[in-house]
Amino acid sequence: MGSVSAVTSMSDNSAPDLERSQLVLEGSQQGFATTRFEDLLNWARKYSLFQYPFVTACCAMEFMALAGPRFDMARFGAEAPRFSPRQSDLLWVVGTISQRQAPVLKTVYDQMADPKYVIAFGTCASSGGFYDNYTTLPGIDKIIPVDVFVPGCPPRPETVIDGLLLLQDKITRGDRSVGIVKPRVDPVQLRNPVQLRRKA
Amino acid sequence: MEPLDVELEDGELELPNDPMQVLMGPAHPAMHGTIRIALELSGETIRKADVQIGYLHRGFEKMCERGTWTQCFPYVDRLNYASPLLNNVGFALAVEKMLSVTVPERCQHYRVALGELARICDHLVCLGAMAMELGAFTPFLYYVKARELIWDVFEEETGARVTHSFGRVGGMALPPTPFFKEMVRSAVPAVLALVDDGEKLLLKNRIFLDRIENVGVMGKDMALALGWTGVVLRATGVPYDVRKSHPYMTYDRYEFEVPVGTRGDCYDRFMCRAEEMRQSARIIEQALDMMADDGPVSIEDPRIVLPAKDEVYSTIEGTIQHFKIVMEGIQVPAGECYSYTEAGNGELGFYIVSDGSGTPYRVRIRPPCFASTQGLERMIVGAMLPDVVPTFGSINMIGGECDH
Amino acid sequence: MSKQVLDRIAQVFGAAILETHSAFGDDTAVVEPSHWLEIARFLRDDPASSMDHFIDLTAVDYPQRSGTRFDVVLHLRSSERLHRVRLKARIGARCANPAADANPAADVAEAALPKIDSLTSVWVGANWFERECFDMFGIAFIGHPDLRRILMYEQFVGYPLRKDYPAAKTQPLLEYRQADNEKLPPFDEHEGMSFGRKTHADRQPGRNLLGFEED
Repeated sequence: MGSVSAVTSMSDNSAPDLERSQLVLEGSQQGFATTRFEDLLNWARKYSLFQYPFVTACCAMEFMALAGPRFDMARFGAEAPRFSPRQSDLLWVVGTISQRQAPVLKTVYDQMADPKYVIAFGTCASSGGFYDNYTTLPGIDKIIPVDVFVPGCPPRPETVIDGLLLLQDKITRGDRSVGIVKPRVDPVQLRNPVQLRRKA
Repeated sequence: MEPLDVELEDGELELPNDPMQVLMGPAHPAMHGTIRIALELSGETIRKADVQIGYLHRGFEKMCERGTWTQCFPYVDRLNYASPLLNNVGFALAVEKMLSVTVPERCQHYRVALGELARICDHLVCLGAMAMELGAFTPFLYYVKARELIWDVFEEETGARVTHSFGRVGGMALPPTPFFKEMVRSAVPAVLALVDDGEKLLLKNRIFLDRIENVGVMGKDMALALGWTGVVLRATGVPYDVRKSHPYMTYDRYEFEVPVGTRGDCYDRFMCRAEEMRQSARIIEQALDMMADDGPVSIEDPRIVLPAKDEVYSTIEGTIQHFKIVMEGIQVPAGECYSYTEAGNGELGFYIVSDGSGTPYRVRIRPPCFASTQGLERMIVGAMLPDVVPTFGSINMIGGECDH
Repeated sequence: MSKQVLDRIAQVFGAAILETHSAFGDDTAVVEPSHWLEIARFLRDDPASSMDHFIDLTAVDYPQRSGTRFDVVLHLRSSERLHRVRLKARIGARCANPAADANPAADVAEAALPKIDSLTSVWVGANWFERECFDMFGIAFIGHPDLRRILMYEQFVGYPLRKDYPAAKTQPLLEYRQADNEKLPPFDEHEGMSFGRKTHADRQPGRNLLGFEED
């Protein structure tokens, strides 16, 4: 690969340096870089997600926390909420969508300009959750395509940030398949599960 | 090119004055609780308004008829999701009323302390959201930061940040952690300091004050007839607080004031909420002082409370008892009762009907903000369009509760 | 305290009060539906009761009960005297319309709905509570200014809180899209582990996924 050879000539050919140098784009020492146009575009998209929060229910509490100082979603380039679907490219569906709300969500989605991404925030948006009844939509993927599902009732902000990073990762790769945020540690794998019962 | 300053006749300058239809919501940045308001405007003045709710109807009452009494707790959590612990306690008290049992005193203080922390959270969310919708984003960040401090305590106690499902009929799911008092005592002053900071940013701001003073005014008698309770009612000048008027648990043993407004406008509602947070802090302090460090938190009735885990695994009685409560549910005697507590938004009532089995026959929730939202139409008709935002923000409509 | 209120209405209305009881400390009067509005107005205006605070109005469905099917339940409070009372009226003749039992659609028809007087003229707050009751149970309130669905949408057929409405029966407004949503393989190597893509294959013996030693 050209980029590697260009850089290695300047370094001592030691293995760790070589690994690091693969991240350097070709010709960057001279002040310019070449890449595929598609990749550049995806790279730009990934860090400037203008979001439309479609916030309905309990998950809104965690969404507020996510925007708040401690978890601070702005660190990941997803700071600016746009309350007009036409100006946004990431739709957060936060909370339960009822059958009555479904046409509204569909309209909002249709109004967004391509390329558009959807994150289903929480179990209710993903599958209807434990509201298996006459009024709740069993998952927003029944009406609109979803890029990333974030499980949890409501999900912890860390999970949501994982979901956001997963989406950014998918954007980089140009991958539009469905993704799910998985636990970092599979609870089954823990040999000693956390002791829940306290001494009275 | 034509000159721009052509002489126009007066008639041509007038704007069209036909009534205009405007739909606000349900996906509107200021309509945080998924509500839709169909407005008929004349200029910027609201002529008619039709408040439409139901966009978050999740069939709470129907779902409760499908499980055991204990299985209602997760649904109850998600009614007023800004203060789930208050709902938990309210529902537990309702079922306990039907079972005619009283939880040990330690548990009552514990419930009060957790409940009042949840009330502070509720008011923080309301004030923060209200300020944010009026364009003041910074106080919102202060309030969210304060809420995180309380959530840390909740997480330590219950294991969850938002939806705790921590109440149980006849007690709480777990006894308090050994460092509960210490955590609360260090968190509450920090929260109040942040509340003060947030308030300083708002109450010296002319724009904020102009938008909430004398906006959304509601009179006493109308508020009562509309079924208002809680902060919105107290802001109109009616000193009705369930904790004082019909004390439940140990509320008659704490010293606290009930803040009451005079005009019933958005400013009064804002100030009542802010003051209630400080009063809640007082209650928490007293509850912690009175709470014993050891002793049971659940009643000792094998028909109601689950046995300890090690008993379930080691004795046959424990296993049977556990099985019966989990599979058949707690047997609540047939009858009906209405139990009410002071939740974040006002009187949260549960009207429950039992047919004597382990499954509720009917659980009716009396959501406080259903009644408050009903009054929204009266407050905004005749006002200006921008007044809708603070008025709606100040009644703290919570979708899960209002739409059941 | 509110026992006096029950005695008072029993005295004034006599036979219109079918029964009274105070189970669990809630004072209850079951009244004749035809006197519903009259008694409510009396409770508000009588200085001894002065029930000016409207609390709640709901219904309960008893399909198995002989005679009447629905209980309409009203909770009131007096802001002055701090007492509370519950009024109940039993309405909806169960077997008055045999066709309704055979044909569920007839049960839903407007004419077959059980009826009771609206209390909106006494407390304005009854408005939304009665609409909710109509929406959930299909009880028609005579004299209600704006009786339409409140929680469900206009196109919805049936009354969801009636015991005979199946809890899981949805009536979608939008057609569901055909998505090829086969179950995703668990723990695909590109999924989930956003930082550094750690998978279970990378797991070292004796350590958990984050690299900490397991005890």
